[in-house]
Amino acid sequence: MAEIRIENVFKYFGKVTAVNNVSLTVHDQEFVVLLGPSGCGKTTLLRAVAGLGLPDSGRISIGNREVTYLPPRERSISMVFQNYAIFPHMTVYDNVAFGLKMRKADKAEIDRNVRRAAEMLHIEEMLERFPSQMSGGQRQRVAVARAIAIKTDVLLMDEPLSNLDALLRLEMRAELKRLLADLHTTTIYVTHDQIEALSMGDRIAVMRNGEILQCDAPTTVYDQPANKFIGGFIGNPPMNFLLGQVQRHNGSLHVQVGDYALKPAPIYDSELKRYDGQQVVVGIRAENMEAMSQPAEDALQVRVMVVEPLGSQTLLTIKIHEDIIKLATHPDFPAVPDQDIWVRFPAEKIRLMDPQSGKTLLSS
Amino acid sequence: MTRRLSASSIASHLVLLGWSLVVLIPVWTMLINSVKPKREIFRNPFGLPSEFTFEGYVDAWTAGRFDLYFRNSLIVSIVSLLLILFLGSLAAYALANWRSRLSNILYIYFIAGLMIPIRLGTINLLQIIISLGWNDSLLGLIPVYVAMGLPIATFVLTTFIRSVPGELNDAARIDGASEWRVYWSVILPLIRPALATVTIFNLLPIWNDLWFPLIFIRDQQARTVTLGVSLLFGQYQTDWTRALSALSMAAIPVLITYLLMSSQFIKGLTAGAIKG
Repeated sequence: MAEIRIENVFKYFGKVTAVNNVSLTVHDQEFVVLLGPSGCGKTTLLRAVAGLGLPDSGRISIGNREVTYLPPRERSISMVFQNYAIFPHMTVYDNVAFGLKMRKADKAEIDRNVRRAAEMLHIEEMLERFPSQMSGGQRQRVAVARAIAIKTDVLLMDEPLSNLDALLRLEMRAELKRLLADLHTTTIYVTHDQIEALSMGDRIAVMRNGEILQCDAPTTVYDQPANKFIGGFIGNPPMNFLLGQVQRHNGSLHVQVGDYALKPAPIYDSELKRYDGQQVVVGIRAENMEAMSQPAEDALQVRVMVVEPLGSQTLLTIKIHEDIIKLATHPDFPAVPDQDIWVRFPAEKIRLMDPQSGKTLLSS
Repeated sequence: MTRRLSASSIASHLVLLGWSLVVLIPVWTMLINSVKPKREIFRNPFGLPSEFTFEGYVDAWTAGRFDLYFRNSLIVSIVSLLLILFLGSLAAYALANWRSRLSNILYIYFIAGLMIPIRLGTINLLQIIISLGWNDSLLGLIPVYVAMGLPIATFVLTTFIRSVPGELNDAARIDGASEWRVYWSVILPLIRPALATVTIFNLLPIWNDLWFPLIFIRDQQARTVTLGVSLLFGQYQTDWTRALSALSMAAIPVLITYLLMSSQFIKGLTAGAIKG
């Protein structure tokens, strides 16, 4: 049982606040991804959990033990680094065995664990090789094998796939996910790649400027971003944002975008009252809009500017009032540039945000 | 390809060839004359010997007590070098990994040792050594040589250890290594080329040093090779065969060390550590 509890952690580098009052609980055997742009403090937070960079204040515990100021070797953790960090002067076998040797395991136990880890990563044929004789993908396998050779409570991963080329990354992503599911360790995984975060994590903690903005299941983070930044950061293409004005028609509130009146879902009603007459940001994902080639009720007529066929979908760039947004359609949708189409905004897919703070009006 | 390279490569090879001759001719003269009978040295100094004799070597080794001087020189050089490498790499590991104002001051302090010749302090050193009772003993030479070699060792090794990716240290720490273990199992093997450089850099001045033995050592039991050779050059007469034989022998350990260590320069050990 190893739950990681991070409580009110601060970390400063000179005048820069790298981690700003972060609290996060990773449940036993859970896989949490720290996601954010570079410089958001995600690696700093991970290093604080690892004991490689002590926090300036706050508390970190693993299991029932407070580890805030313990050296790494007393924390029962293992870690995979972005640059592999395998020892170039040792064979693959010695690399994988390093942690076990440090723990003074006996020879038979070392051998059994090294072979088990090597088998899981499919590098059992390469145990006698030196790292310089291996490709990047193989080296990363060695790094992961070294981390799982010792059965630790917690596995930390710092952008382990970011140095691999696109195809290898895709392959390793699925393999890592299966592997981690088999291992049942508590895992924190740092990445700036939102696809990796969405596809692997049980929960995603989105960070910016040293703070955790939202920590939820991938689908929740994707569909119900807590603010404009998350909507724009996660998803490809990112969430679309339109500026609208809250207006009252016949007693009910609408969001007026240009000359199109959006009727949001009823759950927004109470919040919207406070914005009566003011501006709000309308967020909607490209694939959540309905495109039609014929006029229809409640649909807005727009002009297609660019058509980008992507194989599995076709991206249309359209202009609504002042804002240029992207819309994903089925690849069979007949669209050519400068053609008029009709677009419908399903009320339940719309997110409304405050234009100043960027926060979603509904705190889910 | 050969034609395109020829102009510059011939020029550079000529320079290198010329330099090699300047270095090798005295060595060659020393070697051939050391195996000549005494009179022939003056009659025909640059010609090949008419008959080979190792009289000079045997003479220097036994009667000249060079067996003793060699032992002394080897002890002083090896112990000093080991201490320089050990202390220098420990200092460099600390200076490279813990950056603070204090560590910068210490680093500059070491660098200052590169610029200020240790011989300026000879009189003070002599006073210290005498007060410790280490004069006339190898014990007096070793700490002076360690002090002499530490600045360059610390300087070279700090630069080298800084170039070792920090993740390697972190990975070792995570896997349960203590700081000592990180230094011993990760840093030391990775900086072997730098250790070889430092060894060669320090071996020559220590092995060849005449200054400190001349001042510190009077007892025959503690003489080093260079001191022994210097005593062979008398004011009125010099035993050239013995002197040249002793000098030839004195060059051997340095040559062997160089040949052993030079292969380390070529090995790029950090290759493959991290993604380049």
